[in-house]
Amino acid sequence: MIRIGSGAGFSGDRLEPAVVLAEKGNLDYLVLECLAERTIALAQKRKMQDPTQGFDPLLERRMNALLPLIQKKGFRLITNMGAANPISAAEKIVQLAKEKGISIKVAAVTGDDVLDHITKDQHTLEFDEPLSNLGTLISANAYMGVDAILPALDTGADIIVTGRVADPSLFLAPMIYHYDWADEDLDKIAQGTVVGHLLECAGQITGGYFADPGKKEVPQLSELGFPFADIAPDGKAVICKVEGTGGVIHLGTVKEQLLYEVTNPAQYLTPDVTADFTTVKLRQLSKDRVEVSGGTGLTKSETLKVSVGYHAGYMGEGEISYAGSNALARAQLAGEMIRERLREYIPELRVDYIGSTSVHRTTFGKLADPYEIRLRVAGKTRNREEAAKIGEEVEALYTNGPAGGGGARKYVSEVIGIASVLIPREKVQPQIIVRENAE
Amino acid sequence: MKQKLYEVAHSRAGDKGNTLILSLIPYQEQNYEILCKKVTAEEVRKHMEGIVTGEVIRYELPNISALQFVCHQALLGGVTTSLGMDAHGKSLSFALLEMEIEMEDAAASQ
Repeated sequence: MIRIGSGAGFSGDRLEPAVVLAEKGNLDYLVLECLAERTIALAQKRKMQDPTQGFDPLLERRMNALLPLIQKKGFRLITNMGAANPISAAEKIVQLAKEKGISIKVAAVTGDDVLDHITKDQHTLEFDEPLSNLGTLISANAYMGVDAILPALDTGADIIVTGRVADPSLFLAPMIYHYDWADEDLDKIAQGTVVGHLLECAGQITGGYFADPGKKEVPQLSELGFPFADIAPDGKAVICKVEGTGGVIHLGTVKEQLLYEVTNPAQYLTPDVTADFTTVKLRQLSKDRVEVSGGTGLTKSETLKVSVGYHAGYMGEGEISYAGSNALARAQLAGEMIRERLREYIPELRVDYIGSTSVHRTTFGKLADPYEIRLRVAGKTRNREEAAKIGEEVEALYTNGPAGGGGARKYVSEVIGIASVLIPREKVQPQIIVRENAE
Repeated sequence: MKQKLYEVAHSRAGDKGNTLILSLIPYQEQNYEILCKKVTAEEVRKHMEGIVTGEVIRYELPNISALQFVCHQALLGGVTTSLGMDAHGKSLSFALLEMEIEMEDAAASQ
């Protein structure tokens, strides 16, 4: 039996649930998944400005909390917090350990950066047009699999820090390492991938993102505990959490997470396997313990997915509120005014009525007269100055627009788009770089 | 009697590029069959008309009594470049649950 905990489900996730897992979870491995699609492009931009940066901005805070516990408890940590710069991340961790007088060995996994290996005539999977039609490219990172992580585990490192790898592979690698599953053990590899997929969003399986008062109750949601899994030699696993933490694990939470972001449950593609989730079986063993078994698999694909980040211009936004009688009509008048005034500068303008139709673009025919409405106008532009015009126009509604507008806000942000292409496996060569602090 | 899906099932939304992914999970596993019968890909496409412009594909998972709807061209271009308020479409699980179906007497809600 091995026990793997999931201590972060996205870059900005809470810090303390990982500490609880590390202290009380009796873990063999702790995984921190912190890399969303766009995160690596943003990290790449930081690295361009400063070559020692480009790893996860919360690395230092998470490591300060976890390094003493790694020393005390002896679990190993696997994380993709290396983002665009795993080597600098490893060096940062070693420096933090040195300051604390902790012996640590860190293995950085690189090789996912394939910006030099893609060609601009490659068609994207999303838009079926060549990359050259998109803006300037910022980053291109291949989703590597367990092949990249296993050699890092072989070094005996306490901490393994990667860039882009498939999220479930972060969890599957220690299973394969521990149980020595062979390449042809496809069902075990698929079942391990199912477990990894269930754990990768951390709190989303223990009752996070689930609660609906009166319908789906979750106890102590404000102190949500993060999950761990006990995994048997055949890959069968039990999903649990530390006793006393908030949240709940039952068939409902596990089913929602099993299907989360899965575009084809019969063929879940990762760098390691093509997994079939339709064969998965779930069983509630006892309170907050669900058994997962039955995942099956076919051979992995010949290609790897590459996530490409590109400059997609700027976005300008402006917001203002209307309240009381006829609020929606006054907001609509304001929205139409802005449309008319910006028509020639900004062809792609979006006008939303927050409180009415802004989130779903419809109310399914049920349009009540709301007491208050917030007008939001957003548009994409080529440069910052044009984007700023949108908020300026909304702000000018104060003295030039309909009666009673209040609380105007304006924002400008840079837009980084993401598209995907495929790359042959042999073009991606993982490398391991070890950094160490011996006390 | 017509009932909102909200009364009998729960859902979580996910995204991949411009594709919206919606699970549909009955509270009572015995209601899986009636959901299979009533909540077809075509009915979902019709219900989500103002939101989804592409194809809707339905996957059945009888082992766990759940359905998965994969809705193409549903997220105003996708999370990274969408101008929408909820660029991921994360709240759209509750748009699906607004759909009404005719529940047979035997399979009332919990």
